[in-house]
Amino acid sequence: MSTPTTREVLLTPVVSNNPIALQILGVCSALAVTTGMQTSLVMTLAVMFVTAFSNLFVSMIRNHIPGSIRIIVQMAIIASLVIIVDQILKAFAYEISKQLSVFVGLIITNCIVMGRAEAFAMKNPPLPSFMDGIGNGLGYGFVLMVVSFFRELLGSGKLFGVEILPVINNGGWYNPNGMMLLAPSAFFIIGLLIWAIRSWQPEQVEDAEFRIAPNSVGKEAH
Amino acid sequence: MANNDTLKKTLTVTLVLSLVCSVLVSAAAVFLKDRQDQNKLLDVQGNILSIAGLVDDPRAMSRDEILAKFKEVKPMLVDLKSGDFYSGGDLNVSTYNDRAAAKDPKLSAALPAAADTALIKRREDVAKIYMVEENGKLKTLILPIRGYGLWSTLYGYMALDADLDTVVGLGFYEHGETPGLGGEVDNPRWKETWKGKEIFNDNGKLDIAVIKGSVVPGPNAKHQVDGLSGATLTTRGVNNLVNFWLGSNGFGPFLANLKKGEA
Repeated sequence: MSTPTTREVLLTPVVSNNPIALQILGVCSALAVTTGMQTSLVMTLAVMFVTAFSNLFVSMIRNHIPGSIRIIVQMAIIASLVIIVDQILKAFAYEISKQLSVFVGLIITNCIVMGRAEAFAMKNPPLPSFMDGIGNGLGYGFVLMVVSFFRELLGSGKLFGVEILPVINNGGWYNPNGMMLLAPSAFFIIGLLIWAIRSWQPEQVEDAEFRIAPNSVGKEAH
Repeated sequence: MANNDTLKKTLTVTLVLSLVCSVLVSAAAVFLKDRQDQNKLLDVQGNILSIAGLVDDPRAMSRDEILAKFKEVKPMLVDLKSGDFYSGGDLNVSTYNDRAAAKDPKLSAALPAAADTALIKRREDVAKIYMVEENGKLKTLILPIRGYGLWSTLYGYMALDADLDTVVGLGFYEHGETPGLGGEVDNPRWKETWKGKEIFNDNGKLDIAVIKGSVVPGPNAKHQVDGLSGATLTTRGVNNLVNFWLGSNGFGPFLANLKKGEA
């Protein structure tokens, strides 16, 4: 493996190797927190912070981690960082931590964080690992922002809590689409997004697992 | 690379890592605790002020402004069994925590399933209410309410006017309902519809309901509140919890006593 440049490490996860759209990791939280753009933004920052620093610390001690307990060592580092983020949010951004509720704690189970620790930080020096964490946080955030843009706009007629389409409940004309506020809508939007990205970069399309045989030609009965 | 997989190395790494992580986590928890508790308290106080109609938007206010304004609200303890103000000496109104008391077997009692319409399981014996007074007379009475919606217990307050009948405001400061559906209990316009409703009918019987759909104008309209569309179970939960707390197992006896001037 050739050593990638910082720029590559930072930018490829945004579109070319997006953790959600290509690797299909971290979808759970992408469904849960994208009802509003503000919560998505804070969640993105939290995930970015955790991924970057867990990559950094794992990479710093990667030559000392015994292979038999490496996963639990990564978990311990990630879990500690997540708790610290959760405590900081509760102390300094109480309103938002109320909205994110359990999902900050669930960053621990976000596959992106552990996936990057295991796949990248265990084999690379600290600085590129840190950048890789930031990059993957950006990729995660990109998808979150796109999904939450549509969900918040169509579901509550707002962006960042500011009313764009006046909804009927508040005396306007827009009848919000309630499904947009429920988790399935995020599946649809992520699916459409993956379609769009892969149409733009067809090399992301996986080979089909099997080929459908051509239809046999029907014959007229005698 | 040195061999990392010896027993000694594995144990050392485990111990050192555990130690470092636990120090960091405990440090964060300990140093930030005060601030977090204050945030929680401020959030509840801001909610009380806005439900009582004393401020418009507590989120736009600074810490000190909320604390200063909250001095206008007087906390009181109410014995829910007798319906009188609490007269015992064991509980201190400034330190009493009603939510903790509801979990304490010594300070609360389990509710029989038939009476537990709000699905709260245990009810505290003594409730902490708030009063706004004007010229020594009661102006607004603020009662804590809680109950189960669809996913979560909703915690909130309901404010009544001095006639102990007209609703001044209602709101929840903590819940885990679906944003956009049940979470619309936080919608200012919906909360606005509570204002001016009357909880007792002409015969003095409790008569307040959150109904499915919209309220039709008529003689009953002042006893009914619109349900939340797309949130039938949250709506039902709010209806049940309001009726529970204003009923005979909640503040019913206290309101009756207060009306007679005997509390």
